[in-house]
Formats: sequence, structure tokens, C-alpha cells
Amino acid sequence: MSHTATAPEATTNHALRAYLYGLPGVDEVGARSRAQDLSTRSIKTTAKALAIDLAISMVDLTTLEGADTPGKVRSLCAKAALPDPADRTVPKVGAVCVYPDMVATAVEALRGTGIGVASVATAFPSGRAHLDVKLADTRRAVADGASEIDMVIDRGAFLSGDYLKVHEEIVAVKEACGQAHLKVILETGELVTYDNVRRVSHLAMRAGADFIKTSTGKVAPAATLPVTLIMLEAVRDHHAATGRRVGVKPAGGIRNTKDAIRNLVLVNETAGPEWLTPDLFRIGASSLLNDLLMQRTRLSTGTYPGPDYYTQD
Amino acid sequence: MIFEYAPAPESRSVVQLRETYDLFVDGEFTPARSGEYLTSLNPADEEELARVAVAGEADVDRAVAAARRAQETVWGRMSGAERGKYLFRIARIIQERSRELAVLESMDNGKPIKETRDVDIPLVAAYFFYYAGWADKLAHAGFGPNPKPLGVAAQIIPWNFPLLMLAWKIAPALATGNTVVLKPAETTPLTALVFAEICQEADLPPGVVNILTGAGETGRALVEHPGTDKVAFTGSTDVGRQIARAVAGTDKRLTLELGGKGANIVYDDAALDQAVEGVVSGIFFNQGHVCCAGSRLLVQESIAEEFLPRLKARIAKLRLGDPLDKNTDIGAINSAAQLERIRELTDTADEEGVERWSPDCDLPESGYWFAPTLLTGVSQAHRVAREEIFGPVLSVLTFRTPEEAVAKANNTPYGLSAGVWTEKGSRMLWTAERLRAGVIWSNTFNKFDPTSPFGGYKESGYGREGGRHGLEAYLG
Repeated sequence: MSHTATAPEATTNHALRAYLYGLPGVDEVGARSRAQDLSTRSIKTTAKALAIDLAISMVDLTTLEGADTPGKVRSLCAKAALPDPADRTVPKVGAVCVYPDMVATAVEALRGTGIGVASVATAFPSGRAHLDVKLADTRRAVADGASEIDMVIDRGAFLSGDYLKVHEEIVAVKEACGQAHLKVILETGELVTYDNVRRVSHLAMRAGADFIKTSTGKVAPAATLPVTLIMLEAVRDHHAATGRRVGVKPAGGIRNTKDAIRNLVLVNETAGPEWLTPDLFRIGASSLLNDLLMQRTRLSTGTYPGPDYYTQD
Repeated sequence: MIFEYAPAPESRSVVQLRETYDLFVDGEFTPARSGEYLTSLNPADEEELARVAVAGEADVDRAVAAARRAQETVWGRMSGAERGKYLFRIARIIQERSRELAVLESMDNGKPIKETRDVDIPLVAAYFFYYAGWADKLAHAGFGPNPKPLGVAAQIIPWNFPLLMLAWKIAPALATGNTVVLKPAETTPLTALVFAEICQEADLPPGVVNILTGAGETGRALVEHPGTDKVAFTGSTDVGRQIARAVAGTDKRLTLELGGKGANIVYDDAALDQAVEGVVSGIFFNQGHVCCAGSRLLVQESIAEEFLPRLKARIAKLRLGDPLDKNTDIGAINSAAQLERIRELTDTADEEGVERWSPDCDLPESGYWFAPTLLTGVSQAHRVAREEIFGPVLSVLTFRTPEEAVAKANNTPYGLSAGVWTEKGSRMLWTAERLRAGVIWSNTFNKFDPTSPFGGYKESGYGREGGRHGLEAYLG
């Protein structure tokens, strides 16, 4: 497929620009209307039960606050390993996501649970630091045991048209990751247009991203359905062109079960059922998990327990 | 992982169907003189929904007389502001009963509840609200300082958007001070009869709205009745021709909204994912039972090879089945006769060597169903490129240059709708200027709004419905 064929070697900014501007445009009204249309799918009973467990297994349980402490991180890890103390059949979450200096604490707390630690890196959330600092940030997180790195792109470089800089940084961070998986945060709320979302998605995938992620959670709007839709179209097209499946992670603003299920429907009907696995779809969230647990209990017992029956960590 | 959506049926309990429906004449439900009834089926499972009276000439006489009396003694004399109040009241009741109307429309027509709930019924209310607002502003509509109603309007509507077509006909007629005798389609009379109940609920004066059910003979009697001042018809071009003949030589005013063979032009610089969506909704919305459907895809040859697999992948995701399931995208074909016509036309495509494709798609065992179908390798010479199929069948043609796209799009006896997909504004305007179609959608398709006029060129009919323009058809 001509539009989505592998890009030429990205030796120059000019070549990258030609590649990105050769991608088909995104009609904003149409993208919004498709996302809206899919959000009216009615997911009930058995389908809902399945979707809730799937969503729980995809949650990157996150704390990214200046006020984070080892105690806060440890209690979040306990929650990740045992989301609902009253029900041991609840699946474990996808990962725990923390700042780099909390990685060692999280790794220690999660030892033996099989849950990985994702660390934001590269001067999260703004990304405004020198490349050597970003790489050091990344290497230290990996050395402390992070199995996933959530980097931020240089939005300033992207908006100023320096696609090569964005590309080279991703390539360099990917190398610094070693065995760790690389999620590339596009911060679509700062790139604003849907054309930009599509271009930056392809740029990140071309540079080696294992996942593309919508947002830091620090900028509004964060993960809107149309943006996630466009990113899912991008990974679908990238797979058709290269055979490689890249994951997608919406993060920020997904607070309840309904939102989570809407995202899963989007995945199912856009990228396809192959993406319905924590290996290829994650949801960056914190308060979402308790709502998923509450809905899960309600579905299996028929009653709606109060929020106090769920642990706040 | 396979993510199966569990059945999510909308409840039928909101609909209280009567076993038998009589004619609605002069504010009352009264039996037809003939004593004849027809049965309205649910096309999704062939269940008999209700028996409906068949109006004959004597009933048409009664209804036209009631409409005349109401027009001359009450409705025509009433101030526009007062008429507006009735229309606003009707619009509000439609909103209040929207769930019931959506479920009933889906049962009687076969279209998915998603469409009746999100498109048909909200638009029905919107058309009544819109024309309610015009009722006291007619002097400012651009048709002279004191425009007058025509009198009694005979209105005949099709089965594809039963209640919406009723709204397109009745709302402007009533806003302008006319009274109406309306005949809904033989296969989809039920929401019109509930609308009659709504007129009663709104205390609409008797005779302002009369609903006569029946088949073609009833329609003929209504069109030929000498006591009406205006005939408005939406339906097939064949019947439209017969009506034009019947009305010729009389003083009656006539508007016709007939068939179409709309072209959806996709240029090589289009936003592909959204163009795919638009092409899909252009032909598969309402099972393709849409006069303005984009039934011909004209895709630029340079991207056809990329576009078609995307289109097929998208079509394969369409969910066909129980119209009342909230996740259904494609419902049932409205009648056995329509299914037969779709089959016959697509079979000629096979004989003519056109390539036919449908996704793997289980069709329910009872009821009338047709899988979404793509016909490729179609040229202008093929029957499926020229004749209206009125079903979920898309003919794919290619073009090389904008001139060729326009020439092919216009090369049809019809001229109702067209779509243009390009990211380049100048090309959009260049193309739209040259297309001979009443409605041209730009980077979208099948979008309707009460403020927008709608109607055709050539054999797609004449007159406009909707918007300020739609008032003209009912003003002298």
C-alpha cells in the first residue's frame, strides 16, 4: 500500500518531511464522528465481564506526582498485585508506572508478582532537557529494573518542523532502553491537529517505538477517543506495511469503566482483535482501576458495593 | 482475543401495538368503507405486526372533505403564532415518545435501532421544531409580504424513512396553513398511525391531518382526487412519472422527490480513512434504501488499489442482524419485493461479468436479508451503474482526471446527490460547481438537517423540501 509503505532511510529532515506529508490526511469532522459512532456500542453481560477483566489487565497503574514517596509507591504496588482483596480472581494489572527515582522502590515491592515497572523518562513531562540528560535518565531507570520506558518526544522540535531531531532522539532512547520496551509519548494535546497525530505516530513507529502513547496526563486534552482512533489506524497501517505490530496506550482522562470499554471497542473495530492484549494495548490510569473493580463486582453479584469497599492507594 | 459483543436488544415493551388500525380521518380513527385490511410485517422475521385498513375512493373523499373543512374554517384562518404552538407541541410529544417511535420504526421497517434512535426520530422532531418556528414568520421568508397557503395537500411517502418523510411533508404544510391527507407506504404504515395519536394528544383540530393507509390503489385515488390543491410525492421515478401524468392539466401544484444514483467521488488526496467511512455510510446506511445513497463509488485510479482493500476491511466489520440490537449496523431489507429487485439487479451484474464481493456474513434464516455487496470492474455501460438498486450494493468505478470524474458522475438520468472527497479546497469547489445534483456533500455523506433544502435534478424530481426553500412548495 503506497501511502503506508516503509519510509526511506531517514537520513535527512527533508526525506522525513516528504514521508510524513505523503501520508493521507485526517478529516477532523469525520474522525470525530467515527469515534462518536463507535462509542455508542452497547457492551453487556458476558461481553462486559470479558471487557472489564481485559481492561484491568491493561491498566498501567500510575502515580506521577511531585509528592510521590516510597510509601505511596509501595502501596500502589500492593494494589497492583492484589487489586481487590475480596476477590482473588481479579487479574493483575499490566504494569506500575512511576518516576525514574521510584523505579528501584517499585521493583522491590513488585518482586515475585510478575508485574513489570514502567518508568517515565527523558525529562518527563516536558522533555525539555539535553539529549545526554535524557539518555542518562533512561539508562538509570533501566539499570534500576524498569522493564518499560515511557519517553516523551520533543514537541518543540516537531512543531518547528525538525522531524529529524524527534526521530534521532527516539532512536537514541530506544538504544538506551536495551531490553526494556519503549513507549513513546506523543503529547497529542500539544500537537493539536489530527494530521499531526497521524504524522507523529508514523514518525515514532518508524524510529522504533514499541508503543505509541497519547499523553503525559499533565496536558489537557489527554486521551480523547478520536486521537486514540487515529493512532489505532496508524498502527494498523504500519502493520500492513511492515508486518510489525506496535502497541497503543491512551493515558489521562480515562476514569471509568464506560470510557475503558469504549477504548476496547475502538481497538476491536479499528486495529483489530489482535491488539486486544496487554502486549499491544495499555491504559494509563489511576482512579480507573477501582471503577473497573466495582463494576466487576456488580456484574458478578448483582449489587453495587460502595467505594469504601475498595482500597484507595 | 475475540471480543464478541453479547446481544444488546432494545426492549419492545415500550411499543403498545393494537391488533387493528383504522384510518385517521377528521380527528378520529374510523374503519375504511371497503372493510379491507392489509397486514404490516416485521421484515426481520416476517412476524405480523398489525392489520391496517385499506382506504378506497370513498375514504379519500371523506378525508379530502375533512381536510378542506378544517383548512377553510380553522387552520387557514388561525394566526401563524397559534399554528406554531401546535407544531411545537407535536415536536415535544415526538421527543417524549421517541423511544417508542424508534422501536416501532425499527420493527416495521427493518432498519437498525441505532439509526432510528440516533437519526430518524431526532430528525423528525427537529423538522417539526424548525417549521414550527417559521409559522409566524412567513411574511419574512422571501415569498411576498402576505403569502397564502395552497389549501389541501395530498402527500404520499415511501417506506425507507417512514416517519421522517412524514415530517418532511406534514411540518412545512401545516406551518404554512395547509391541511393534509397523507398516505404512508403499504409496508410501513405504523409510525404514521402513532403520529395520528400524537395529533390527538396535541389537540390538533380535527381534519388538519388525515392519514389514509393502503397500497398503490389508495395512492392513485388520492392523487387523482379533484379536491386537493397540491400533490407531494417521494418515491420511485416510475410512480413519479405516473403522478406527473395524472396531475398534468390540473391546477394542482406538484413536487416530486424520486430516485437517484449518487456518485461518491474519492480523489487521490482524500483523507482515506474518513473517505472509507463516508463511502460505507453513503451506501450501507439504512441498507442502501436511500434515494440519495452514494451507490456509485468513483475512485481515482491511482489510489484504487489501496482504497479497495481498506473499504473491504471496513465492510467486513459491519454487523448485520437483529434490527433491535443496539450494535446492529445493517438491518433487514424492507420487503420480499424489494429483496427480489435487489437480487435481480445484482444477478444481471454477474451475467455482465462484473466482479462481486461480500464479506463472510451469516444471514438470519427468516426475514428478508441481503449481505453488503461490492461490485468491482463496473463501467458506465453496466446496468448496475445506471439503475437504482435501492439496496446495500455499491458499484465501484474508477476515473483518471477531475474532468472524467465529473463526466461520469453526471452521466446518469438522475441528479439527486453526490459526494466529493478531497483535502484540497479548490478542487472541492471546482468539482461541486460542475456536478448536476441537488445535494452535494463535501467530505461527508448522508447528513440531513431541517435548515437545508433537499431535492433533485433531472429524473430525481423537482421542488425542494426542507429549509426556507421548502416553504415555497406550500405557499401560493
